Amino acid sequence: MSVLQVQDLNASYRKNKVLHDVTFEVEQGSLTSIVGPNGAGKSTLLKVMLELHPKLSGDVSFFGSSLSRMKTRVGYVPQRGSVDWDFPTDALDVVMMGLYGQVGWFKRPNKHHKEKAMASLDQMGMADYADRQISQLSGGQQQRVFLARALVQNADLYFMDEPLAGVDAATERAIMTTLNDLKMAGKTVMVVHHDLQTVEDYFDHVLLLNRTVIAHGKTEDVFTKEQVYRAYGGSLRWMKEA
Amino acid sequence: MTYTGWILLTASLVGLSCGIVGGFLILRRMAMMADAISHTVLLGIVTAYLVTRELSGPHMLIGAIIAGLLTAVLVQWFHSRGVQQDASIGVVFTTLFAIGVILIATHVGNAHLDTKHALMGEITFVPWDVMHVPLLGEVPKATFMLAAVLLVVVIVILAFYKEWKITSFDPALAASIGIPVVLLHYVFMSLVSITTVASFDAVGAIMVVAMLITPAAAAYLWTDKLSIMLVLSGAFGVMSAFMGYYIAVWLDTSISGSMAFATGIVFVVSFLCSPKHGMLSRHVHRFGARRSKENIKGIS
Repeated sequence: MSVLQVQDLNASYRKNKVLHDVTFEVEQGSLTSIVGPNGAGKSTLLKVMLELHPKLSGDVSFFGSSLSRMKTRVGYVPQRGSVDWDFPTDALDVVMMGLYGQVGWFKRPNKHHKEKAMASLDQMGMADYADRQISQLSGGQQQRVFLARALVQNADLYFMDEPLAGVDAATERAIMTTLNDLKMAGKTVMVVHHDLQTVEDYFDHVLLLNRTVIAHGKTEDVFTKEQVYRAYGGSLRWMKEA
Repeated sequence: MTYTGWILLTASLVGLSCGIVGGFLILRRMAMMADAISHTVLLGIVTAYLVTRELSGPHMLIGAIIAGLLTAVLVQWFHSRGVQQDASIGVVFTTLFAIGVILIATHVGNAHLDTKHALMGEITFVPWDVMHVPLLGEVPKATFMLAAVLLVVVIVILAFYKEWKITSFDPALAASIGIPVVLLHYVFMSLVSITTVASFDAVGAIMVVAMLITPAAAAYLWTDKLSIMLVLSGAFGVMSAFMGYYIAVWLDTSISGSMAFATGIVFVVSFLCSPKHGMLSRHVHRFGARRSKENIKGIS
């Protein structure tokens, strides 16, 4: 069953067209990396699908329905650099924010929500840091807090924007374990990824993007030297020798 | 209540509402928007006066909200069409403010509303302009309006506390879980507008910026918890109000100027002494570290 259908999606930033007739479908239980050069529109694609950035035309459907009806089933992990880590709050509080949609208007998160958030932090190996002010966490720890916040949402489809960028090796392992656990649980995950060396080891599907879809499908079919060169044009400096 | 009592109460109410709203202003990185709105509400007040020929509370509040929202919408409109954010703010607020000044000079100019008053405020006149409030008796109009605005601010902030928190920290996540980020932005701009206009009489357009930003910036240095930061920010606002009044009495000078100056003192003290970010504590830490290193050396 396809959990996400994107049809002829077009979008621009200011006057530059960033996405051109993007069309693809994602199957349930897949772990897809979105790969492409800088400025290929990877982050924009996530934002347009989530209606955080306006589209010019095209359709996006989640679980055969619209985003507004499926909001609780869709989770989003923005780039770590997109928020102010000096904000006066602690790790547990950030994770709890993932539950605000479920808490409802005029209500405060209760003990039950707090326990859920603690369990998520624990799952990411961050239970000891629950009370830590977020600016005092390392980059890898901050990313784990973001992942914990996504887990607590208990969504069925996740979009993650560069969760492995600039993290330490232990965090990278912890995040990949989590992503595989999600996949095993029948969830679908799409990850904007920048490290070509690890694509084959980490992901079962690849979406090669450069303003439009260059190729999309199983990693072994899509992630070939020719296709990747096509996506990156002349700008590719490094490619794993197959 | 005594004359001094009314002035201190009025100034404290300014400090409280500005402090609370200001906390979110600096966390949302909108300090410059406060500066802008504090000036453009003048246009709102003048327009409201021209339409109704009255300088009473409700008309001024509505005029201020419209002017504040107009500012926010215009700034956003220019920004989304390629003008830099700060340039956009600069262009919009100076132009709207200038229209306000021209309208005052040509159509309004009278004892109740003039440019100097609008810029600097005149808290010394506040206790004389009274209204009758049931149960309370004679209450200065400005004080009553400030109390009402503070009540609205506290209710709106508390009712949507977690929404303010998440939209300030991570608007993208907030939007993705279905929180109306844009609507909340404009509600917040309305809060800034009514706080500003209510404080207008007391401290004026320039000084209200000091009350909005400086106590909040000082509170930010003392704590890592949002709720405590907001409480501290309000407390610093009140503290500055008291300090400012007595400085003004002592030096026989402008009350609003002294209050803004007092916020500066509170900030500098915070900057030097706050436990986590303060210069002094950093110095003490470094000194402590050096001493313990020397101790280790001494042992070996």
